Amino acid sequence: MTLDIVQMVLVTVLAAATPLILAGLGELVAERSGVLNLGVEGMMIFGAAVSFALAMQTGSTLLGALGGAGAGLGLAALFGLLTVGLAANQVASGLSLTILGLGLSGLVGANYVGIKRDPAPHLAIPGLTDLPGIGRLLFGQDAFVYTAVALVAAVSWFLWRTRAGLTLRAIGDDPVATHALGLKVRRVRFLSVLFGGACAGLGGAYLALAYTPFWSPGMTAGRGWIALALVVFASWRPLRVAAGALLFGGATVLQLHAQAAGLGLPGQLLSALPYLATILALVLLSLGRRQGGSLAPAALGRVFTPSR
Amino acid sequence: MEAARSASASPRPQAGPTPLFGAYGIVKRFGGFTANDGVDLEIRAGEIHALLGENGAGKSTLMKILYGLLEPTEGVVTHQGDIVQLPNPDAARRLGIGMVFQHFSLCENLTVAENIALVMPRDFSGRALADRIAKLGIDYGLHLEPDRPVWSLSAGERQRIEIVRCLLQDPKLVILDEPTSVLTPGEAEVLFSVLERLRAEGRALLYISHRLDEVRRLCVRATILRAGKVVSACNPREETARSLAAMMVGSAVREVTVRGGGAVGRERLALDRLALPAPGLHATALRDVSLSVAGGEILGIAGIAGNGQAELFAALSGEVRAADPASVRLDGAPVGDLGITARRRLGAAFVPEERNGHAAAPAMSLSENALLSRHSTAPLTRFGLLRPGAARALAQRVITAFDVRKAGPDPAAGTLSGGNLQKFVVGREILAEPGTLVINQPTWGVDAAAAAHIRQAVIDLAARGTAILVISQDLDELFELAGSIAVLHDGTLSAAVPAAETTREAIGLLMGGSSDAAPAPAH
Repeated sequence: MTLDIVQMVLVTVLAAATPLILAGLGELVAERSGVLNLGVEGMMIFGAAVSFALAMQTGSTLLGALGGAGAGLGLAALFGLLTVGLAANQVASGLSLTILGLGLSGLVGANYVGIKRDPAPHLAIPGLTDLPGIGRLLFGQDAFVYTAVALVAAVSWFLWRTRAGLTLRAIGDDPVATHALGLKVRRVRFLSVLFGGACAGLGGAYLALAYTPFWSPGMTAGRGWIALALVVFASWRPLRVAAGALLFGGATVLQLHAQAAGLGLPGQLLSALPYLATILALVLLSLGRRQGGSLAPAALGRVFTPSR
Repeated sequence: MEAARSASASPRPQAGPTPLFGAYGIVKRFGGFTANDGVDLEIRAGEIHALLGENGAGKSTLMKILYGLLEPTEGVVTHQGDIVQLPNPDAARRLGIGMVFQHFSLCENLTVAENIALVMPRDFSGRALADRIAKLGIDYGLHLEPDRPVWSLSAGERQRIEIVRCLLQDPKLVILDEPTSVLTPGEAEVLFSVLERLRAEGRALLYISHRLDEVRRLCVRATILRAGKVVSACNPREETARSLAAMMVGSAVREVTVRGGGAVGRERLALDRLALPAPGLHATALRDVSLSVAGGEILGIAGIAGNGQAELFAALSGEVRAADPASVRLDGAPVGDLGITARRRLGAAFVPEERNGHAAAPAMSLSENALLSRHSTAPLTRFGLLRPGAARALAQRVITAFDVRKAGPDPAAGTLSGGNLQKFVVGREILAEPGTLVINQPTWGVDAAAAAHIRQAVIDLAARGTAILVISQDLDELFELAGSIAVLHDGTLSAAVPAAETTREAIGLLMGGSSDAAPAPAH
């Protein structure tokens, strides 16, 4: 019985963490290549709106999810064109992309406000899913959650075990040196930005199609910004991003229960708790581990223009 | 006109065997600026070919064209007589061209093995690559630890990575850009023996340097560039360092002359057991550093980069303040707790090592840069407001006195060549007629003519009674300038010895940290 309560809590924690894992991993890859994409929030919410609209139109959650990822990718392509292609300032471009994404999402989602939709289907394996204590947690999630978990492993493997990942990290460390070696700095950066945008869009799609599941303007509620902060405090490591996201999810669930139990604390304070707890924990985590060198990709935020 | 150009762009028949690599009629323009203007160069297998020239003569441009980093506006590159296209460094590497960069093209936060894996042709497998690195290390005496991150390595070790990375691709031609500029004499010797071995293996080496003694020792053929054109091809062993320099500059290089009779006066700058903790993880702690420089005297501080030079300069200039005010004294006054401006007001002046970003703000004009260091020691402000006219006049005085070549009346500092900007930042301080001058790497990466000009100005300043402290990695420079020399090693300073009573070898040993080889002081 208590096991089932623990499992229920863990399921909700994982659900709250999933959009952050998705958006955070995407941003991590972009930042590892040296591009600071402050447009995550915009790409996320645009992804949420497009995915919901598409899912309502087609009736397919899969098409909705793909549309959400595609919407994030589209905005990221614009961002990449500006910052990688035209060497525009990354901070200004990212901020304007967030504003653009918020605006576009309102436009796309205007006709869908207040409509509810069935959440994305959960996995159900007879026998396994019904296992007491762990069945729902391990075998009863929706595809978004499994995708997010798989992405943590895939991004770790890609960045530290493949040639392409090494190239990407090298470019984020010193684009001038890597260009001098003949590596394709701008192509790699552009692709990394696209991946980041698609992940952010997918994170938004999860919110609209599985987490809530409905569309309302501003529904990402700053999760894009939290994802950005997660990447920094996780010192650009995928596993730590996932850990930070789970902590955030945990604090979110905790404060919901605390509000329901009526602790007498102001609701606003409790709502801020997940954000405070995540930042505090990750700040502590990133302290004292540094032996030298730079934790951040050394060229983060620096535009690169090759001479030819 | 067009016909003449296309004629010069075709390979010319030359006496002797077909060169391994050739570049013919190379023209490279950046906007209105012509960096290479009809350059011909032939490199044969089994030779170390020197490419000489002042800063801005077009050496780096030519090299980058050969390595596929730049596309020539006109002209062709040949390999064994056939015209080849080099659209990118990958193509150059496939032809067997390797490059050892001056400003290393290494990623600081990656490991040695990762940096090498970046250019290896196939997917790297960590163990196999580490084994090959170790094997090369044994073969050539280029020891490397594959798993160390680059930021933790010295300049010499970094260069070893570049060389090993190059050799792993079994190159036919190795291009080396100013390879000894960051090395100690000992490290340079190791490099020379590696280069000689590579030459004996039948590889071609293109050796770019402005250190003429090295070129005369290593190379039997040299191509000399001036203002983008080939002005001479010669055998450097049949020339003297002076005649080579004259060819590079286009006129005889002024010899630095010591003005005798500058009587040594009273002590002007002193450090008394200065101790500073390491300000950062890469930095060196200073331990009990004591020194004394009298008016009219030049004290040279030798040492390998990273042994506390930057920290010592910061402590002298006031960028870092000492806990004990009395540990730094200017004209007897304790100034350890004073900032830069306060020390300048007391008659000190400082020239940091890094021209761009430390001594000068590259995006700001020369007159604004004059203001940056002279606002409190020249009448450049009134009631806290700037006097741009006075700043321009001061900048102009520096430009005239130090023959600073520039484009436009008051250009951004970053548009000047290294040598000219260095002359400007040194001149800016010298025109203040300081009582004490601290100067870090006065002629690093500066061509021969500009270096001679700067050194002469420093010597003349000392003759007028200024106490001068020169921090330099260049032993030739220290022996030319300094009356006495001390060595900074791992944050401790050896006792100063008169330059006339010590040798390059003794100083070199001290730089390497062997204290038992110290020149025995009279006792």
